Amino acid sequence: MKKLNSLEELEKWRQQILGSRSEKSKKILKTVILSSGTCGQASGSLEVLEAFKKEIETRHLEEKIELKVTGCHGFCEMEPNIIIEPDKIFYKKIKPEDVPLIIEKTLLDGEIIPALVYQDPLDGRLYPHQQEIPFYRRQLRWLTEANFYLDPTSLEDYIAHGGYEALARVLQSFDPEQVIEEITASGLRGRGGAGFPTGRKWKICREAPGDLKFIICNADEGDPGAYMDRSLLEGNPHSVLEGMIIGAYAIGAREGFVYVRMEYPLAVRHVTLAIEQAREAGLLGESILGTSFSFNLHTVQGAGAFVSGEETSLMASIEGRRAFPRQRPPFPAQSGLWGYPTNINNVETWVNVPLIIKKGASWFNQVGTEGSKGTKIFSLVGKINNTGLVEVPMGITLREIIYEVGGGIKGGRSFKAVQTGGPSGGCLPSSLLDLPVDYDTLTRAGSIMGSGGMIVMDEATCMVDVARYFLNFTQEESCGKCVPCRVGTRQMVDILNRIVAGEGEEDDIERLESLAQTVKKASLCGLGQTAPNPVLTTLKYFREEYEAHIREKSCPALVCKDLIVYYIEPELCVGCLLCLKSCPTGAISGERKKPHYIDQSLCIKCGACFEKCPKKVQAIKKYTGKKRDEILAASGANKNSRVGL
Amino acid sequence: MACLQVNSLLIEKKMALEKQEKEIFEGLELSQKNLIHFLHRIQARFGYIPPEMVDELAQRLHLSPAEIFGVLTFYKAFTLEPRGKHQVTICLGTACHVRGGKQIVEEAERRLGIKAGQTTPDREFTLETVNCLGCCAIGPVVVVDGVYHAHVSIDQVEKILKSATEKSHEKA
Repeated sequence: MKKLNSLEELEKWRQQILGSRSEKSKKILKTVILSSGTCGQASGSLEVLEAFKKEIETRHLEEKIELKVTGCHGFCEMEPNIIIEPDKIFYKKIKPEDVPLIIEKTLLDGEIIPALVYQDPLDGRLYPHQQEIPFYRRQLRWLTEANFYLDPTSLEDYIAHGGYEALARVLQSFDPEQVIEEITASGLRGRGGAGFPTGRKWKICREAPGDLKFIICNADEGDPGAYMDRSLLEGNPHSVLEGMIIGAYAIGAREGFVYVRMEYPLAVRHVTLAIEQAREAGLLGESILGTSFSFNLHTVQGAGAFVSGEETSLMASIEGRRAFPRQRPPFPAQSGLWGYPTNINNVETWVNVPLIIKKGASWFNQVGTEGSKGTKIFSLVGKINNTGLVEVPMGITLREIIYEVGGGIKGGRSFKAVQTGGPSGGCLPSSLLDLPVDYDTLTRAGSIMGSGGMIVMDEATCMVDVARYFLNFTQEESCGKCVPCRVGTRQMVDILNRIVAGEGEEDDIERLESLAQTVKKASLCGLGQTAPNPVLTTLKYFREEYEAHIREKSCPALVCKDLIVYYIEPELCVGCLLCLKSCPTGAISGERKKPHYIDQSLCIKCGACFEKCPKKVQAIKKYTGKKRDEILAASGANKNSRVGL
Repeated sequence: MACLQVNSLLIEKKMALEKQEKEIFEGLELSQKNLIHFLHRIQARFGYIPPEMVDELAQRLHLSPAEIFGVLTFYKAFTLEPRGKHQVTICLGTACHVRGGKQIVEEAERRLGIKAGQTTPDREFTLETVNCLGCCAIGPVVVVDGVYHAHVSIDQVEKILKSATEKSHEKA
């Protein structure tokens, strides 16, 4: 790789790449694009890739068929999937043994294989082309579009698709203040959760006194159920770098860090590689593209602490210390890394920057609502048909996301709640489905936008259990620095544990509410200040479930172990022995073709039998409340006996 | 003869130390900002952080051992005890949780006879839970020695655990 010494050289290189590509592409019939982020690889995309390579080699099709491995296409439910260019044919859940047929039929004969085509779970229609699939049709993929065609390990590919054009434009015709003005005018707000206006943040840091300044990319995406940053880093790392280089120019920083959580090994690899490539090409380092602007970038790998996603903790972690948050002010923009002014933005925020520069602030801010501009990537997970990463315009309603993009609830069940914003967010009920999604409306509803996790829950989800799950999470991740968070969340978890065990007391709800207010008000950092949100919103919208647990000792969603029994309905049981064999404690007895029976005193309620019982039979039922007590009384087991392992 | 043997043992030990020196300390400035980098390297090299390495780091970085213990016990990535031969990681992210990830953990705990976070007495398995691996579509997810198992159900757990030991027998 030759170092680029001027803006002209970058442009010349781009033309060269494009020229040699158009020469090569004349012979190419089809390009097979393989979605291969972490999800894809976990589902077997690398085996599919090998199968393609082998098959292409044995048939000597190297010149006609091009293989391309990209980051995640977002449709995780359908991994591993491929897109065949130029027709954009979308094949789902490919197995290595499908490959010869795909080559034979689709690549050579141009026929579509119906068995591999996506079928909509709602209307049953087949959608052979990617852009027609309802999951994609409703999206506005400004940031994630490149994941369809970009080889994340190739700088050349990024350049060929217009990469570093925004940087070149900035270096050529913007002074730093103009960049900040443009970002401010675009209305871009931080995508990490809090939604602070990005332009204003940059301005504060630029104006802070001192020559030495830092910028940081926060890729410590710790919210369980959120993975858009991972997908961007894995699929399009250079766009993060380009955003950061432009930011450094605007702010006047000479050094920057990308802090990636260690649970994302592929993202760490791709970002580290991208930084090396950019450095070699003269896009990072001294005198970038021959100008007087110099900037260096390093990756730092996290070490498994959720709190390090909080900006002051993250900086402590980069400094090689425990990730303890500290009091603000001073804000990082005034005194950050090693006491120097520091600007810290989330991955998705940085990726927006080159786009805004390229297309202009007035193009960008046409999309969105009054206070929230542009698009937002959400990870749509849980009990939803189309699990995946979706990028939608700000202001779209929850209903549109869940039903149109997400294809509705799995198994035709009914919607109960959607949890936004991870452990700092809240659970919103069906009455709020028509809420437009932007920073301000979600906050008003008691939740937050957060990093963009969206966990859909159906009627079989217990809201008390969900609240307990999140609180347990934040309690374990609390760094322990301040008492309200360390002790307060502990007390709240204890109360919730009691409630789900059927030992809740009448005053527990009040106690929870009062503790929640204290934790919220008196904690130092965002972790503690938002930790009670899942409890507060479930209390607000699903109070009757708490009351059922406390007063009737029943779990309406049939989830909380101590409040349910598994019972085999004798008249439904066909005596197939499947459940009996799956029981880890030998609690089930019975003979072939005769009804089986669960010994309640031995049952540990693991649910293995329930899972095993054939769908057609469904003889094993879960009961709570009175019916549970009756079954226990009949079997002679003590109804107050706790499940012990 | 004995003398020669001792000699070659010493040479081997010296070479091992030199290799270790290279793997752990090469290319990084000896300052506190790289402490977590060093700890990552040591954890990768030994599978845990041996106490003598804490002293070594303390000397080189001019920090107190207490400070290093403070950092390494704060982060989940580092352990002071050697891990088992097979690493079993079960995801308990929200998506996995609502799909029954907890029951999978309990089943693995039963099968291995240890609690999450522990290592079996024979040092065959270490069982851990993780907050989210970010592949929520395929949950519940169990990762055994770097291999992802998707959509895991309770009755698959035994087989998945067995596959790990069988693989290592094959290699042996």
